[in-house]
Amino acid sequence: MALELYLDLHSQPCRSVYIFAKLAGIPFEYKAVDLSAGEHFGEEFGKISVVRKVPVLKDGAFVLTESTAILQYLVAKYSTPDHWYPADLQKRARVDEYLSWQHTNMRTHGSKVFWFRGVLPAVTGVPVPKEKMDSAVEDLNMSFKLFEEKFLQDRPFIVGEKISLADLVAIVEMMQPVGTGLDVFEGRPALSAWRDRVKKEIGTELFEEAHKTILNAASLQQTFENKGLPEFLKIRIQKMFN
Amino acid sequence: MVLEIYLDLFSQPCRSVYIFAKKNGVPFEYKSVSLLAGEQYGEEFGKINVLRKAPAIRDGDFCLAESVAIMTYLAEKYKTPDHWFPADLQKRAQVNEYLSWQHSAMRPHGSKIFWLKLMIPRVMGTEVPKEKMDAALEDLDGTLKLFEEKFLQDRPFIVGDQISLADLVAIVEIMQPVGAGLDVFETRPKLSAWRDRVRDAIGAELFDEAHQGILSSQESAKSMDSSKLQHFKARILKKFL
Repeated sequence: MALELYLDLHSQPCRSVYIFAKLAGIPFEYKAVDLSAGEHFGEEFGKISVVRKVPVLKDGAFVLTESTAILQYLVAKYSTPDHWYPADLQKRARVDEYLSWQHTNMRTHGSKVFWFRGVLPAVTGVPVPKEKMDSAVEDLNMSFKLFEEKFLQDRPFIVGEKISLADLVAIVEMMQPVGTGLDVFEGRPALSAWRDRVKKEIGTELFEEAHKTILNAASLQQTFENKGLPEFLKIRIQKMFN
Repeated sequence: MVLEIYLDLFSQPCRSVYIFAKKNGVPFEYKSVSLLAGEQYGEEFGKINVLRKAPAIRDGDFCLAESVAIMTYLAEKYKTPDHWFPADLQKRAQVNEYLSWQHSAMRPHGSKIFWLKLMIPRVMGTEVPKEKMDAALEDLDGTLKLFEEKFLQDRPFIVGDQISLADLVAIVEIMQPVGAGLDVFETRPKLSAWRDRVRDAIGAELFDEAHQGILSSQESAKSMDSSKLQHFKARILKKFL
């Protein structure tokens, strides 16, 4: 039975898993989950994962959630090239350090700006109050500052000369606010240069394919406006950001 | 030069690193950082960790932040017993799964209760509005429910028969709201039984020693000089209120 990956490419952690699996030539069955339709709250998906999030990996009877755990699992199982998750003690620790920090920093703040700019106005019908928006953007800016100051510095990639899981997880999160028209790379030349290097390592075609969904900002609005978001989802969303 | 571990045991991730290092006989120098006094913002500490958080380690000229990264580094470097971070592919994945999930679940929801019940009244001089407290309690409740339903189930420990980093990271986070006076174990027999097993596996003495500070927070909060805590104010307003 083939490996199954439950994905929705609107989701940053789904993109890192998708890109990695494709890049590493890992054979898998793409199982689409439609988040905007609330599919993750349905009965079927609940049998796959009670946490009701994506991505999910299903390898025979073994089910695994959490993108960073999935990526680490795939690296170990398919013996992918060392640079993704180096065996070297200190280099691996640096990858782990980033993968840990990013949960409540780049991921949280990038997501929040995405929701505030791209989703909430479509769901509630009104823009997010200016001070909330400013506060969210301020937090995101701080994450970028720390990223450049600590994690990247003057290295080509986070851990050194080669791309690793850290760079992959970083880039997909940074692309989220970009999807709403906020160019986070503008005015950040070092970050832009890093983005270009990462994109090159991944391959432009795969990178763009993975990000096609999120970068289609206009259709994003349509998705949330026209799809008739289920009421329970609207309530959840509103609660999340109050 | 001996390994330096920068710690403040009021902090959950500091406790997991401390317990792990002590339990496994990792030789280290305890470097105290007072988060209450804002020492993490000082110049010296900035050289250790520019993220200005604890725990952090300095191993020769190698500095590392983030408790999860620190513990897996120590596990590998000091070749700690396999059960902490199993070599088995699926077991390791399950440990990693918990360590990842908890960042946005157990950790923030447990922390929030501690801040809302204890720290904020002390710093701001007022109680937190009931609806905010209720919402926070609801979130923690949901997280504990999911913990029992998915991560623990009917197993002795998260990954099976033995304690791992997952249980260690879980227990220190769950103890935080307990320190603020919310006994999360009281109505949860399964969770209590797991807590007893974890405390036993760690060693009651070490567990209690690590948690002494946090468990006497309600007392020490009374004598906290709120004028010295004002550096928390901006962050509190932004994050919680």
